[in-house]
Amino acid sequence: MADLSTNCGGIKSPNPFWLASAPPTNSVYQVCKAFEQGWGGAVWKTIGEPVMNVCNRYGGYDYNGQKIIGLNNIELISDRPIEKNFKEIAETKRLFPNNAVVVSLMVESKRETWHEIVKRSIDTGCDGIELNYGCPHGMSERGMGSAVGQVPEYCKMITEWVVEVSTIPVLVKLTPNVSDIVYPARAAKAAKADGISLINTINSIIGVDLDTFQIMPSVAGKSGHGGYAGAAVKPIALHLVSQVARDKDVNLPISAIGGITNWKDAVEFILLGASSVQVCTAVMHYGFRIVKDMIEGLTNWMESKGFSSIKDFRGKSLEQIDDFGNFNLLHKTVARIDQKKCIHCNLCYIACEDGAHQCIDLIPVNGHNKTVVRESDCVGCSLCSLVCPVEDCISMVRVDDKSESKTWNELMKEYKNENIPLTWENLGEFQKKHGIEIH
Amino acid sequence: MKNLAPKLSIKEYENNFAELHPPLTKLTAKAEAERCLYCFDSPCTKACPTHIDIPAFIKKISTDNLLGSANTILGSNWIALTCAKACPVEELCEGACVYNEKGEKPIEIGRLQRYAMDNYYKNPTSKIFSFSNKKNKSVGIIGSGPAGLACGAELTLLGYDVTIYEANKTPGGLNSWGIAPYKMRQKDSLKEVKLIKSLGVKIKTGIKIGETISIDALFKKHDAIFLGVGLSESPGLAIPGENLKGVVDALSFIEEVKCEKWNKVKIGKRVAVIGAGNTAIDAATEAKRLGAEKVSIIYRRSTAHMSAYDFEYALAKNDEVNFYFNTVPQKILGRKFVEGIKCKKSMIIKNGKAKISLIPNSEFVIPVDMVIKAIGQKPYNSFFNSIPNLKLKDGKVVVNPETYQTGNSKLFAGGDCINGGKEVVNAAYDGKMAAHGIDEFLSN
Repeated sequence: MADLSTNCGGIKSPNPFWLASAPPTNSVYQVCKAFEQGWGGAVWKTIGEPVMNVCNRYGGYDYNGQKIIGLNNIELISDRPIEKNFKEIAETKRLFPNNAVVVSLMVESKRETWHEIVKRSIDTGCDGIELNYGCPHGMSERGMGSAVGQVPEYCKMITEWVVEVSTIPVLVKLTPNVSDIVYPARAAKAAKADGISLINTINSIIGVDLDTFQIMPSVAGKSGHGGYAGAAVKPIALHLVSQVARDKDVNLPISAIGGITNWKDAVEFILLGASSVQVCTAVMHYGFRIVKDMIEGLTNWMESKGFSSIKDFRGKSLEQIDDFGNFNLLHKTVARIDQKKCIHCNLCYIACEDGAHQCIDLIPVNGHNKTVVRESDCVGCSLCSLVCPVEDCISMVRVDDKSESKTWNELMKEYKNENIPLTWENLGEFQKKHGIEIH
Repeated sequence: MKNLAPKLSIKEYENNFAELHPPLTKLTAKAEAERCLYCFDSPCTKACPTHIDIPAFIKKISTDNLLGSANTILGSNWIALTCAKACPVEELCEGACVYNEKGEKPIEIGRLQRYAMDNYYKNPTSKIFSFSNKKNKSVGIIGSGPAGLACGAELTLLGYDVTIYEANKTPGGLNSWGIAPYKMRQKDSLKEVKLIKSLGVKIKTGIKIGETISIDALFKKHDAIFLGVGLSESPGLAIPGENLKGVVDALSFIEEVKCEKWNKVKIGKRVAVIGAGNTAIDAATEAKRLGAEKVSIIYRRSTAHMSAYDFEYALAKNDEVNFYFNTVPQKILGRKFVEGIKCKKSMIIKNGKAKISLIPNSEFVIPVDMVIKAIGQKPYNSFFNSIPNLKLKDGKVVVNPETYQTGNSKLFAGGDCINGGKEVVNAAYDGKMAAHGIDEFLSN
């Protein structure tokens, strides 16, 4: 049986599935219910400064009949008194000693205030602390949340205040609303944090009502930006997690967050370096019960791949990430359409014709159209295979003989050594030599 | 009739004639619209006789552009509401949907079209149509069925002064009188009539050309004439007993049911329907839904030869209609009223044209109280014969397939009278295309 247990910066849990700091982790009732159903850990909804919430708080982004592929919110940190939260955290940890209970914190930028809340957190018996430097709405306007995460110096300063009194692991949760996520991550590392959590929500406006002109969610006629989460943000989160995971200066365990709705999403994040994953929107949509499939699916997948522990595949895909200049320019693929599977929707044709490189022909045969790729013109962009609604109908087939490789960087180095200027003509020569034709 | 079927309660009648395909809700329509792959050069559009750009109108439903969706539909088919409800979609657009090839449920194109059209007819507006300048020429249209209505609407947009002459007191032709009520009610047909009138088409009802007005007078009055008269009544069975009380023509029976005065329709306890086309199925299922205890369809050939669509056959079977295949009526029995129908079994002797021969000593009697004749419709022969230069072939008016012009250059024709009896959608297409044929003729 595959071992799903994980250790993220010293915080141990029976499986990598944690609840993110959010409404599902607001109370002892919720977190205990979640643990009973199998969640490995939970980051408590952020506690700290006194706040009051408004309604409405959420906006859903629906697409093609699918409800909430994205969810934004303007909810603040916990609006329950701090004492009550600490009591419930201690109770939860007492009832579930083997699950990871992490306390998320956000207070004003004063060293003493941070010292005090960190000490009180440790007193609950929790397994770790997560510093919320990510919340992009409401709290940031009060100088907290993403207002900290966006300034590496603040990030480092506050993390140092926490680390100097903490006896338990400290994770720093980053905001994606920055131009380069690596800088705040390095700041956390410099301050001796034990791990990084990312991403927090993305600044967003979910939509505007076409009848009332009202921005959603609406608070008595007013609205503003909120934090965007859910399946729609996953590709952004995958990228940011990989950036932090690749950075040699950061080199910290990662708890990945951002659009994880099932075990497959979790595997992708782990392959890009995560030690645990945190889930919120999917639980807000479907409830804690989704974890059963997550655990089972991950176990089955690990066993099918021969992995006995999370460590076996953590970061396994990271090595592929490279700069564009190191990609092989001579790698050549073309689209091949399986005529037996084709249902004649002609979507590949119109996508290629209008949106790509005009290399699919429509040939009328027996009352329908046969879609035929002109391989000599196909640039191997793969758009047709993406729009095709039939599984395995269009495949991208490698057609170069794999004998040669030349990257842009290598080519530029050659040009430099041989004093060849980079011109369209010279580039054309190179293409011609390798049978590459751009029509 | 000797034995009448017992009357049902109003609620039972309404249940029996409730819509087979209820409307989609906003959410279900959008979900279905979003399932559409938005094929390019799509098979469904090719399969539609009016070539509606189906992916385009469905896409517009998914983006809440419902007026635009109706515009796309009406741009190809003036009779789109009726077609949405009465078209044999399994045989046309939905049958061609690429999802079939994928082994999945095809898009419910008929119901989506209905969704768009129902929404349009809540507040029909002609502002989506573009009208050409008035041409000071007039066209007379004989018949206000789908072909005549479509032709009239299109000609009005092209700038012609159009008058439709309708023999019946209620316009709409078979759309109003010939579609089973569980598919469509008359009020929907009349919505389309009203829209087309609102464009400027004049409809004169209760006027029978050849009787009220002579065809010559019509030729003098108008610059061109469109013939959309459809077909006449059923031909006779040519067997003894055809004049007994309780023998009725399928179309007049269906017409009576269309009045929706269910308990006023006389229906026998045991009913035989002769014929196995789609009209026969309608008559049989309607008889059953009106309370007939036993309804039988009698057909001289086998299942493989019947012209009813598969889904119509399934519908009748589901209504517990009894089928006598390879059975040929010989005589309708009874003194004054129908009491039974004597039949002989038959066999196919030549597969090509499905020639049959009667099996000796195979006579048997089906006891029935009512016989509904549904063996097709005759053309309006004597009327056609009164029109100079009109050519007929197999009872069908011969037209130029592109212009819809008949042998008489001022006369154009479309719909059942040229095709021998097809779908509403074919008539709608003919009418529209004939309008362009007329326009070309009158512009030269």
